Parts: sequence; structure tokens; C-alpha cells
Amino acid sequence: MAFFVETLLNGLLTGVLYALVALGFVLIFKASGVFNFAQGSMVLFAALTFVGLIEFGLPILLALLVSVAVMVAVAFAIERAVLTPLVNQPQIILFMATIGVFYFLDGFGQTIWGSDIKQLDIGIPQSPIFIPFGEGDLLVTEIDLFAAGVGGVLVLVLAILFQKTKVGRALRAVADDHQAAQSVGIPLRSVWTIVWAVAGIVGLFAGIMWGSKLGVQFSLSLVALKALPVLLLGGLTSIPGAIIGGLIIGAGEKLAEIFVGPLIGAQAIEDWFAYMLAMVVLMVRPQGLFGEKIIERV
Amino acid sequence: MFYREAGQFHTSYIADQAVFPIPVDRIAIAAFAVIAAVAIPMLGNEWFLSTIMLPFLIFALAAIGLNILTGYCGQLSLGTGGFMATGAFAAFKLSTAFPDLHILIVLLLSGLIAALVGIAFGLPSLRIKGFYLAVATLAAQFFLIWMFNKYGWFTNYSASGVISAPPRAIFGDLLVTSSQASLEARYLFALGIVVVLAIAAKNMARSRIGRMWMAIRDMDIAAEIMGIRPLRTKLSAFAFSSFYCGIAGAMWAFLHTGTVEPLAFDVNRSFQILFMVIIGGLGSILGSFFGAAFIVLLPIMLNNAPGWLGYQVPTDLLSHVEFMVFGVLIVFFLIVEPAGFARLWQIGKEKLRRWPFPY
Repeated sequence: MAFFVETLLNGLLTGVLYALVALGFVLIFKASGVFNFAQGSMVLFAALTFVGLIEFGLPILLALLVSVAVMVAVAFAIERAVLTPLVNQPQIILFMATIGVFYFLDGFGQTIWGSDIKQLDIGIPQSPIFIPFGEGDLLVTEIDLFAAGVGGVLVLVLAILFQKTKVGRALRAVADDHQAAQSVGIPLRSVWTIVWAVAGIVGLFAGIMWGSKLGVQFSLSLVALKALPVLLLGGLTSIPGAIIGGLIIGAGEKLAEIFVGPLIGAQAIEDWFAYMLAMVVLMVRPQGLFGEKIIERV
Repeated sequence: MFYREAGQFHTSYIADQAVFPIPVDRIAIAAFAVIAAVAIPMLGNEWFLSTIMLPFLIFALAAIGLNILTGYCGQLSLGTGGFMATGAFAAFKLSTAFPDLHILIVLLLSGLIAALVGIAFGLPSLRIKGFYLAVATLAAQFFLIWMFNKYGWFTNYSASGVISAPPRAIFGDLLVTSSQASLEARYLFALGIVVVLAIAAKNMARSRIGRMWMAIRDMDIAAEIMGIRPLRTKLSAFAFSSFYCGIAGAMWAFLHTGTVEPLAFDVNRSFQILFMVIIGGLGSILGSFFGAAFIVLLPIMLNNAPGWLGYQVPTDLLSHVEFMVFGVLIVFFLIVEPAGFARLWQIGKEKLRRWPFPY
């Protein structure tokens, strides 16, 4: 039993990290209807910039600020160079364009900062802690707990931003209906820039968390692929959906790896379990768990 | 001036419904066929045939397959690599289990097996739509590759996990598969298959089944009200698409690399094929060829361009810069012509028709 709970707990904590990546997707999809495949490379790019600046000798806080500024600049550049010229194109074209951005950012980040695996140590303790549970102890690492805390704070900040501020109201209006929002005087372009910048900053935090866990390296951008089932399971347009989807996927795949894997005599079912799980859920609810109901009219 | 339809009258339905109704087009295609079948194998050197022409033909076939599904039927798929792998492994298992089976029958059967797998993973498409469907096809991608990796049965329990394609011959003793076959034979064999399947796809697209796909793509509810069955139509698109991708995968393993390995069909391959379809033009068979040519040639050009210009660039930097340029070019092409090369081709033809007069 203790082993089960420990697996579950670790799965949930990994799920928070997935959710952090998925959050960036949701923000952008909600506001601009763009399925942003480049989120993964934004995570990598942000983390690479952050590590690079620290290695350059900047103090952590300053490095964080500069990285945030860089991500805002990236968002601005993407809005100007990619989104504006492609306005009113079908979604699949925009999706493809973000894959182009994905390639560009991947190459760009590694051209500037090199492609070695970098250790990211910003003083988050890595040591395992034991939580007493029943007759045994549960083993979790501090960084996972820390990441969960950061994730929670981030969601809280985003919730406040979306619900309580003027910018948030504009964002929600644009998410509801582009044309109506524009007609009441909300500047669409600056809203998009803000959303991409916020997604970039969320990506920066996701990158720092993943980076301190795994080291900052190329494979970080592939985390985006793992965020896809999270996102679709939770619903493309729902921020709570991304969080809960992340928790379900994280816990589900860890449990499946340990308890289902031996039954079919093979390892690494983590590779595909998340997708299958998401697919099964989508069969029941085609819009994801918390997505807006898809209404189709002829 | 050279290219006009004025004065060319069709006197029968058959002439009116030809794939290329204009004689100039027919002559151009015939010239292309002669160049592809005679001139290229005679003049092309080994490098040209093996790094450009073979991948181009095979990718074009896979792109046609994905175009049937995504371009004509409107179902987004990120599982092309998985279906290609299915074809490759099916061909390997069939040709090692039945060594006497003719290679064409092996390819056909492996295509059919891939089609069955495609139908199985296409079933969710009835309920899941749009981007949400991507997760179902990604499930196919990751599950299939994992399966071929983990279960030894698929690789005949080979210890290294890398297995070589067995040599097979057509016309008695002309070897066409594996690395033992001559490059020219492999190229011509691939060319024959691709041409036949491309013509079949072109005709499917402009007949009843193709129109059904397009109706579903444009709006599936409206199509359903008109009496088109979504179940059959969507699954037939999945089946034909996977059939083409399966054969392309089998050809990749048997004709191009000579080894059957799951790594060649990972998710990056799926994205690569999707690029070809989008850059070539969604819903265009000819576009699939353009897209394949572009994606095959671009990395080679980028790789060699600094050398031609006389610069020396360290390889690791070069590969990153290549990524960057690739990304920029993708975005650039999408901005300039979102409908892809097929549309540019049409515009070009339109211009040629009027030339040299402005209107």
C-alpha cells in the first residue's frame, strides 16, 4: 500500500511538471486559437537562456528578469513575424507555422548557447525526504515538492490575472470572440503579444523546473509531446483542465508502468500510455474533461 | 503562346474526363516519364540516386497517403511514421515467413495490413475531431513503434534489433530489394510502384470516393445529411492512407536503407511527411511530389551551401543553423503561399496560358 501511494504521489508530482508545459499551450490556444507546437522549444529556449546567463555570471534574480525580458521579446517577434502575416488562415496552417517556429527556436537556442547538457543549480534542494505513512515511509524528492509549489503559485497568479485585472478581461473577451472583442475596441495584436509573453514566462518556469530535474538539454523540447495528451485530456481551452489533466496523466502513467507493465510483460509502456489514456477519455468526452462543449451547426 | 486550349475540342466523354485534357500537358508528362525512367538511371550517379531520388519517391508516396487522409478527408494525422513502420515490419515478417512469395504480393499484403491497423486507429475519428484527433494518431505512432521495439517476434528475435531486408527478385532473377540489388534496379522498381499508385490516387480523388472525402472534410455534418456515411468514408480514408504509407514504409526499409528499424519511423518522420503535405499543398497529388522534393532537397542544399560559397563552418554549428533556416523557410513559405506549391503551380500555368499577353 505504501508503495502504491508513493508511486501515485511521485506520478502526481511529475504531472505538475507536465501541467506547467500544458498551461502555456492552453493560454495561447484560448486567446488566439493557435495550437502552439513551439511551446516545447520555448521551454527549452527559456531554460537555455536562463542557464546561459547564470554561467555568464549574473546573479539568479537578475538572470530571471533578463530571461523574462527575452521571452517577452520572443513573443513580440513571433507575433510580428509569424502571426500577423498569417491571420485568418486555417488552423492547420498556423499549427504548421508554429512547428517552423519550433525548429527555429531549437536551432537558435543551441547556436547561441551550445548543445551540451547543462546543469541547472539554483539552490533548489535535491535531497529525498521521507514522509511517515502507516508503517513505512514515503520517498519524495524536495524538488518535486518545490515544483508543485511553483505550479500552484503560477496557477494562482494566472487566475488572478485572468479574473481580476483589466488585461485579463481583455484576454477573456478575445478568447470568447475575436471579432466582437475587436469591435469593442480591444487591440487584438497587443493582446496576442501579451498572451505569448505570458506563455513564454510560464515556459521559463517550466524550463527551470524540468532543467533542475533533468539538466537543460535538447530533449527538453520533446516534453511538449508529453504535454499534448495532458492538454487534450483536460480540454484545449481550460486552465484547470491542464492542471488536472497533468495530474491524471502523471499519476496514470507511473501507476501503469509499475502495475500494468509486468502484466503484459514489457517495460516502457510510459511511452504510449498517456496517449491511449487521453484517447479513451476523449472517446467519452470529445472536448476533453473541461473543454468547452463543441457545438456544430450546419 | 504555346500553352492554350483554344481550338482543342473534346469529342467524347472519355477525352473530356482525361486526367490531362490538354495535349501540351500530356506531352510534358510523357517527357517527364522518359526522363525519370531512362535518363536519370543512365546519367545519375550513385549519390544522386541513393540520397535524392529514392527518398524522394518514397516520401512522395507517403505524402500522397497522408494527403488522402489530411488533405482530402480533413483528418489531421501525426501517426504516419507508425503506419509506415507497420508496413515495413509486415513486409519483413511476410517475406521471411514465406520466402517464395513474390515481392509485389508482399508489398501489397503489407499495405493491406497497414490499412487494417489504420482502420483500427481511425475508429476514434468518428467521435474525436480536429486537433483532438491528433492524440489518437499520436497514440498509434507511439504504441506501434513501442510494440515493434519490445516484442522480439517482429524482428525474428534478432539480438541486435537491427535487421536487414532480405533480397528479393522480380522477373526471375532481377534483384530489387536489399543492399545487394543494384541501385538502378531499386530505383526503377520504386518508380514503377509510385507511378502506378499515384495514378490510382489521382483517379480516386476525382471519383466518387474522393468527392465523398472532400464533402466530409468541408463539413461532416452537412455531408452526413446529404447521405454520405461518415463511418465508411472516414475509415476508407484511413484505410487508403495507411495502405499508401505502409507500402512507402516497406519500400523505405526494403529499397532504400536495406534495414528494418523502428527508429527510422519515429514521430519526427510523421512531422516530416506532414510538412511535405502542407508545403506541397493540401488536397493535391502533384503537390505531394513537390513537397517531397522540397523536404528532401532542402537539407542537402543547406548542408552544402556554405561549402559552395567557400565557407568552412563547424558541423555542430551547421546543424543548428540548418534547423534555424529550415524553420524560417517553413514559416516564409506558409506566409507567401499557404496553399502550397500546388497553388503556385496553378498560378504559373495560368500565367503561361496568357503569355505573352497580359489578359
